[in-house]
Amino acid sequence: MSAFLTVKNLSAALHGFDQRVLRSVSFSIDTGEVLGLVGESGAGKSMIGKAILGILPSAISIIEGEILIDGQDLQKMKPADRRRFIGATAALIPQDPLTALNPSRRIEPQITSRLVDILGWSKADARVRAMELLNEVHIDNPERVMGSYPHELSGGMRQRVLIASAFAANPKLVIADEPTTALDVTVQKQILRLIRELQERHSTAMVFVTHDLGVVSKVCQRLSVLYGGKIVENSSVPDFFKGPKHAYSRALLAATPKYTDPDASLLPVDESVIEAVAAEVLAADKEWRHGR
Amino acid sequence: MKLLRAILLRLATMSVTLIGAAVVVFFVIRVVPGNPIAMMLPPGASEEDIARLTAHYGLDKTILEQFWIWLTGVFHGDFGTSISLRQPVMPLVLGRLPATLELAIFALVIAVVIGGAMALTGVRHRETRTETAIDVANGVGLSIPDFLWALILIVLFGVLMPVFHISGRISPSLDLPFVTQFYVFESIVRLRFDLWWDLLKHMFMPALALAIPLAAIISQLLKQSLKETMHLDYVTLSRTKGYSENHVILSEALPNAVLPTLTLIGVQFTFLIGGTVIIERLFSYEGLGNMAIDAVINRDLPLIQGIVIVFALLFTIINLVVDMTYALLNPRLRHA
Repeated sequence: MSAFLTVKNLSAALHGFDQRVLRSVSFSIDTGEVLGLVGESGAGKSMIGKAILGILPSAISIIEGEILIDGQDLQKMKPADRRRFIGATAALIPQDPLTALNPSRRIEPQITSRLVDILGWSKADARVRAMELLNEVHIDNPERVMGSYPHELSGGMRQRVLIASAFAANPKLVIADEPTTALDVTVQKQILRLIRELQERHSTAMVFVTHDLGVVSKVCQRLSVLYGGKIVENSSVPDFFKGPKHAYSRALLAATPKYTDPDASLLPVDESVIEAVAAEVLAADKEWRHGR
Repeated sequence: MKLLRAILLRLATMSVTLIGAAVVVFFVIRVVPGNPIAMMLPPGASEEDIARLTAHYGLDKTILEQFWIWLTGVFHGDFGTSISLRQPVMPLVLGRLPATLELAIFALVIAVVIGGAMALTGVRHRETRTETAIDVANGVGLSIPDFLWALILIVLFGVLMPVFHISGRISPSLDLPFVTQFYVFESIVRLRFDLWWDLLKHMFMPALALAIPLAAIISQLLKQSLKETMHLDYVTLSRTKGYSENHVILSEALPNAVLPTLTLIGVQFTFLIGGTVIIERLFSYEGLGNMAIDAVINRDLPLIQGIVIVFALLFTIINLVVDMTYALLNPRLRHA
């Protein structure tokens, strides 16, 4: 039990429906390790991050399972305690930097608010820390950026600010929810390198949600492939790229464009593979219902 | 430099609006039937008397001549003489304006407090019975017009449970030390809280009647835009930082959600001032609106013109204030 984050048999469902959106998800991450969560849209990869951070939409709730952070069971905490615990130990790097900053507040309080309000730092200390962080994310004139409003910054700059804000309180766990999807390809590379850099320096445990297997190969040590809210394969990254075990994973990997061979035609995931994996999910559902 | 240009442009449009209002009201009240002279003289007055009075007030001249005389007077600060009250128009109007302003501002404060509280409560307890109750209350508040609320309030708190005064601005038996017409404001400055309390007891019901529909509109729109804001990414992100729901609503969502409501309050406040005309009449409140009705009944053309010009000026000022506040609260407009 040395894992920093353990998710055990986590199931979540829409209110009033007998349909699970997360289906007995289990995985664990050690300190300093990066786990990739991959899958197509709607596979539930972002949902897992939201469940851990306690920001599931109000229509969805956890119906079963455990989330342990640093040995503490989140489900057993009082909501207010859980909120503060998450605020102090975990952080989110959101998907869309254009909508994740409050348009009517300057950048400085958006980086320092957690330090000041939740962790009780003085404003002066928090300001020094914010400057440090903006340096760490390679922003040249932190002073000016801190006094700016979000609309005055480019998308890449805003994502840097959000990364700085995420690492502000030295979180032990960071959830990166498709942090480069909304960015230009050229900026994507820089941002990925930056996230990697900060993650290594602070040896943060990280959940990296993405649909891009290329990104996984660069950032993660292990990955979990999701389909329909169920993990179909857990694997280390080298093993996965040598040869995925599950048919769906193989199809997914085959569908990824190759930089080495740009002329190769893109393969859609074969329908028979989809049918097979969907049937597998349904069979697991049946078994789960039976077991209750 | 940009700011200066914006202000000059604003002042120019304001004067165009005012001149437009002046032209329209001047000609319209002369087109509608009714003769101010006939209202002044007893029945059976001789033809010469009528002709003499008509000439005295310049009503025998053509409309264009009359307009020219009036307009040149206005540019010299002379808005003419009231036919029914036989006094210069501007001092009369300015003497009544503070009463109406105090009533309207008090109503606005009530509306913002009630509407804001309801919106915040509705969002805090969204998708529960509390929100449904607030939606119902909004519907009721909106579907009953202010003058009906006035009658309901008079029956409830003036007749059945007489806790408030139903008529006038202040009890006539009181000795008034006031030198301005801003009674509420001056009573606070003079620390005369006995007078202040009496004023409030007179103002409360007319102000509440004016405020209820506006409170419902504010509550509805603010709640809606708060609910939309609560789904935005930056609000979700602030939740992960460890903030409580109340903090998230008040300091992350509210500053952004309040902007559309602010524009609406500006527009609705001008409607509210329009509403004072009937409400002041119902409560015999000695404000500008009450005077306007008398002026119309007496066909007191100069007085009507003076009142309309002052109302128009008031509306343009309110719009200006709203736009400035909006720019102040919205950083994206500040540099524009």
